[in-house]
Amino acid sequence: MISQFFVLSQRGDNIVFRDYRRDVQKGSAEIFFRKVKFWKEDGKEEAPPVFNLDGVNYFHVKVVGLLFVATTRTNLAPSLALELLQRIARAIKDYLGVLSEESMRKNFVLVYELLDEVIDFGYVQTTSTEVLKSYVFNEPIVVDAARLPTLGPAALFMQGNKRMPGTAVTKSVVANDPGGRKREEIFVDIIEKISVTFSSSVSYSSISSACLCSFADTLDCYLLEAWSILKRLGVMLSNDDEQGYVLTSEIDGTIQMKSYLTGNPEIRLALNDDLHIGRGSVPSFGYSGSSGTGAVILDDCNFHESVHMDNFDIDRTLSLVPPDGEFPVMNYRITQEFKPPFTVNTLIEEAGSLKAEVILKIRAEFPSSITANTILIEMPLPTYTTRVNFDLDRGIVGQNADFKESQKKLEWNIKKIVGGSEHTLRAKLNFSQELHGNITKEAGPVSLTFTIPMYNPSRLQVKYLQIAKKGKTTNPYRWVRYVTQANSYVARI
Amino acid sequence: MAPPVQSHRSPSPSQPSGKGEVSDLKTQLRQLAGSRAPGTDDTKRELFKKVISYMTIGIDVSSVFSEMVMCSATSDIVLKKMCYLYVGNYAKHNPDLALLTINFLQRDCKDEDPMIRGLALRSLCSLGVANLVEYLVGPLGNGLKDGNSYVRMVAAVGVLKLYHLSASTCLDADFPPLLKQLMLKDKDAQVVANCLTSLQEIWSLEASTSEEAAREREMLLSKPVVYYFLNRMKEFSEWAQCIVLELVSKYVPVDSEEIFDIMNLLEDRLQHANGAVVLATIKVFLHMTLSMTDVHQQVYERIKAPLLTLVSSGSPEQSYAVLSHLHLLVMRAPYIFSSDYKHFYCQYNEPFYVKKLKLDMLTAVANESNTYEIVTELCEYVANVDIPMARESIRAVGKIALQQYDVNAIVDRLLQFLEMEKEHVTAETLVLVKDLLRKYPQWSHDCIAVVGNISSKNVQEPKAKAALIWMLGEYAQDMQDSPYILEGLVENWDEENSAEVRLHLLTAVMKCFLRRAPETQKALGDALAAGVADFHQDVHDRALLYYRLLKYDVSVAERIVNPPKQAVSVFADTQSSEMKDRIFDEFNSLSVVYQKPSYMFTDKEHRGPFAFSEELGTLSIGTEPSDGAVAAQRVEANDKDLLLGTSEKEESHGYGNNGSAYSAPSYDASTTAGASQGNFDLVSIDQPSTLHPPSGFAIDDLLGLGMPAAPSSAPPVLLLNAKAAIDPNAFQQKWRQLPVSLSQETSIDPQGVAGMTNPHALPQHMQGHSINCIASGGQAPNFKFFFFAQKAEGSSAYLVECVINSSSCKVQLKIKTDDQATSQAFSELFQSALSKFGSA
Repeated sequence: MISQFFVLSQRGDNIVFRDYRRDVQKGSAEIFFRKVKFWKEDGKEEAPPVFNLDGVNYFHVKVVGLLFVATTRTNLAPSLALELLQRIARAIKDYLGVLSEESMRKNFVLVYELLDEVIDFGYVQTTSTEVLKSYVFNEPIVVDAARLPTLGPAALFMQGNKRMPGTAVTKSVVANDPGGRKREEIFVDIIEKISVTFSSSVSYSSISSACLCSFADTLDCYLLEAWSILKRLGVMLSNDDEQGYVLTSEIDGTIQMKSYLTGNPEIRLALNDDLHIGRGSVPSFGYSGSSGTGAVILDDCNFHESVHMDNFDIDRTLSLVPPDGEFPVMNYRITQEFKPPFTVNTLIEEAGSLKAEVILKIRAEFPSSITANTILIEMPLPTYTTRVNFDLDRGIVGQNADFKESQKKLEWNIKKIVGGSEHTLRAKLNFSQELHGNITKEAGPVSLTFTIPMYNPSRLQVKYLQIAKKGKTTNPYRWVRYVTQANSYVARI
Repeated sequence: MAPPVQSHRSPSPSQPSGKGEVSDLKTQLRQLAGSRAPGTDDTKRELFKKVISYMTIGIDVSSVFSEMVMCSATSDIVLKKMCYLYVGNYAKHNPDLALLTINFLQRDCKDEDPMIRGLALRSLCSLGVANLVEYLVGPLGNGLKDGNSYVRMVAAVGVLKLYHLSASTCLDADFPPLLKQLMLKDKDAQVVANCLTSLQEIWSLEASTSEEAAREREMLLSKPVVYYFLNRMKEFSEWAQCIVLELVSKYVPVDSEEIFDIMNLLEDRLQHANGAVVLATIKVFLHMTLSMTDVHQQVYERIKAPLLTLVSSGSPEQSYAVLSHLHLLVMRAPYIFSSDYKHFYCQYNEPFYVKKLKLDMLTAVANESNTYEIVTELCEYVANVDIPMARESIRAVGKIALQQYDVNAIVDRLLQFLEMEKEHVTAETLVLVKDLLRKYPQWSHDCIAVVGNISSKNVQEPKAKAALIWMLGEYAQDMQDSPYILEGLVENWDEENSAEVRLHLLTAVMKCFLRRAPETQKALGDALAAGVADFHQDVHDRALLYYRLLKYDVSVAERIVNPPKQAVSVFADTQSSEMKDRIFDEFNSLSVVYQKPSYMFTDKEHRGPFAFSEELGTLSIGTEPSDGAVAAQRVEANDKDLLLGTSEKEESHGYGNNGSAYSAPSYDASTTAGASQGNFDLVSIDQPSTLHPPSGFAIDDLLGLGMPAAPSSAPPVLLLNAKAAIDPNAFQQKWRQLPVSLSQETSIDPQGVAGMTNPHALPQHMQGHSINCIASGGQAPNFKFFFFAQKAEGSSAYLVECVINSSSCKVQLKIKTDDQATSQAFSELFQSALSKFGSA
């Protein structure tokens, strides 16, 4: 059972504090905050989400810079506590529209009201916004959404896509529009986070020769295996010799729903006809090369409890009565190969004893009708780098490159990249000491973060979204949106 | 409620001190109290908000208590809620004022609006004032019978609150039976769930003193009750499902058919988006199939995909919780996960705590087919700018090398690390190379060549330096410069801060001298002189020992300091397999995250329902000390196989990092330990009672009769198996399963009590009567023991809980058996054995 729940600001102030069992000392919030802040002197390691201090177990999750914390003295299931904290954050967001320190402070009485119903004497009662609605009476005080960073993946749609009504995703489930009338609408977001690791960008032949040199005498079996991997991957190799092949790739997807429909009508979501769940005998991460145009194969998925799958096997439809608030209809995971949206070429070369040159080339491998947003390319440089001069492509607006001296890191920001285009950055590095050894071991890997609206590499689709008619004539607004985000997108050099 | 967290701190300048503001509030509230003017409620809301906001930031606003109560006469539900929140927070510390609130709370408990009734009842029960409990009974009784499910839901938890305030009031009002009724018939699933949680807590706490409560607690695990919950599973909220699933995981099905039925029923829970539900379901699956090896393995295969999906779909915190459990499973059955190794590759943006778990899993699943790829991946991390990660990755590579037979390639990689010339990489690698050489001395040639090139000046970390020095001494013969490097190090003796390094230096110089005397003589002299003068006791003693040894006889010194060594075959595991099993028992709890059984981090009173396993955990394992002694002897005897040899052992005290590897019994010591403690003999968990096949009867009989303690005066009809054995897990399971067949109070010889000062006297004595102690614990005057015995013929087992009060000489016995007919006979036998304790 939970003893206490509290939310701390970034500075460690209590925003709300609720004691349910009175068996943990009152100063726990302060004790917790100090422990997390000074977890490791060098700041290299973060405090784990769960730790024990003097017999008290502390759980915490970070949401938009706020710390949601629960304490207990019992041997509680950690997944339960952490899931609960996340859900409390979600319920609060559903109510306030925007989750932030400001909105929490303005609405703390409402938050207390929620907390009163979510947990009783340490036992979870409900976290469903739908159920909570009948117990909670405070009206949310709306904060200006435009100024605030919003929580959750829905925030991705805020920029770049003019068709979306910007305020909708930050609208409280209980507050009415200024007109007093609720707008009937439903949002279905297909959000895919992709992780890709490209191998070192050495050419095919140089890998194999390197293998031969260093392991020839001892590694016959490994070598054979390495060869066969390379052969299998041959399909994936681009013609460009400097491009690494895909070492691992994964798509973690969510179909997120947020409904503002009155009367809880039933909804049917139709997915791709050729959708398969479970890879069966196909080994994970195996690159069979056959799936270029084939079916969408999910390794595995899970569903929100409101989802009925009665017809899923027949026509790939999910039916559900969406509860109020934001929730994931379905989470899925794919290791089937896909075409990475960006390829990265990196070249780092010595240019004299105290100098080196880096050439970064990034190519957008998606159709030109699609534009990626807020691309950030990062690359750690040798620790003895003192100065970097950049040479950017001309003719592109909204890009800049920077050398973060304290972290010895190169950062290259590009606002927008149109599909099919290619961009290059040249950087001249100056060192404070002479190079020793291999410079490629001292720098890298290159990592990317980006957002690509209206694009999803898995090709999973919502073919239609059907809302059961309730007699009324008004046709609700239906928004089906796709977005792809980099999770861990790394090119080794 | 929101307590004054920072009240003890002097208020910071930016924060209002509160004093002035609070008295302002007080006057304003007072003015409003009687007012009925329109708009009063809005003004009240603002004021109430201020009060609660002060309360949250830690300003003491208890002084406005009476004003708040006066203002509470309102029909505005938001105001009421704020008032309840305030009252709940301050009532406990102002019991006199709390009395003021009783009136309006009781009135609200009878309100027309079920919402208000529920809220008032919750607040009433949350006051936490012990001398007001009499006011709770009536409203609670009504609440449990209320027509509205919200009120019943609140009342069910309210009973538990009352119990914690005053157990006797709660029990006298007969609330638990009422809860039980509600639990088994209420239409509302949340009411049912709240009844279950309240009853679990109440009966577990009562069970230690009340036989009836213990029975009721067992009742919750009975087939009809468990099935009742299973059938209503889908009605419950996801959180209530977790509670029910936890209950089901404790249930022991009769046969495999039942197990499959339950698993089929719960199958779809594995596809739930809530990780807590999935893990609770997995616990049920894992625990139910423990005795069915094949099915158990299928369960692993089945839960793999859902777990991996959970890892990648939630926040990093959630995936950490899931990953910890995956980690536990991978450690238990690495072969099942060996083809999934790519899932354990680290992503650059993951927090360190996630990466660390993944590295552990990568090392665990490495086998012939994937080692090359895993090690290649790990090498990428070593080159990483993230230093802690680089260190961990090197350790991981080393671990893989130590567990593989074909290590050539890995040794190459490790040696390449040394060429990277990064200080932290070099340091970490040196420590590993040393361990590697202890296991694979045949690699010394290759390693020495590379290690010899490392300048000791570039190695600063004590552990790494110690490792380097150890190699310089150990391989003095093959390393050309060894004596001279050592000499250089001895010259800087005074600058060496680490005693560990100085100890190693002494030994290394000594070894080097024994092989290359002429070159090392000077260094040895200097080192011994410096060592004897050293302020550190161990260094001083070791130097003196060497000095005297050398003086006595060089060949003896040689034999002691530098004997021929055998390679270490297995490095000791840091965790015993028994410990691991206990953690596995506590699947889906913090134990898995901390990698410790719960008794190591939880107080006894917070063990929760069905805490029997934990209860056993805190008690020391029955025969521990004698066992430890025997185990130690065993280790001594096995020294030659397992360890480097005595001198090496002596030397190893300096190895902080793997000192335990030397002195602790090795991994396969579990069998050693098992053999040395009869009652822990290799029993398979699932069939504790079929341990002795019929063929052993004759011998058992003989032994049973031949035991010195076999009572001659009044020979009992019942003969016990002298070699009866059960492991603690099986014991726990059985203890939960069986009803109490006999509960008795008896007394113990005062002389015996005197013997209680040695906690192992009684277990030893009882063992003489073929009754084995499984666990024991407690402090004077209360001691608790769990005993196990088995009938010589047939498989009936007897489980005894024995609580001894050493001051009153009273003994309470609880006997459980699967052979009811002989329970009385056994009880007599047990008591006769007990009565002899101390008098013999």
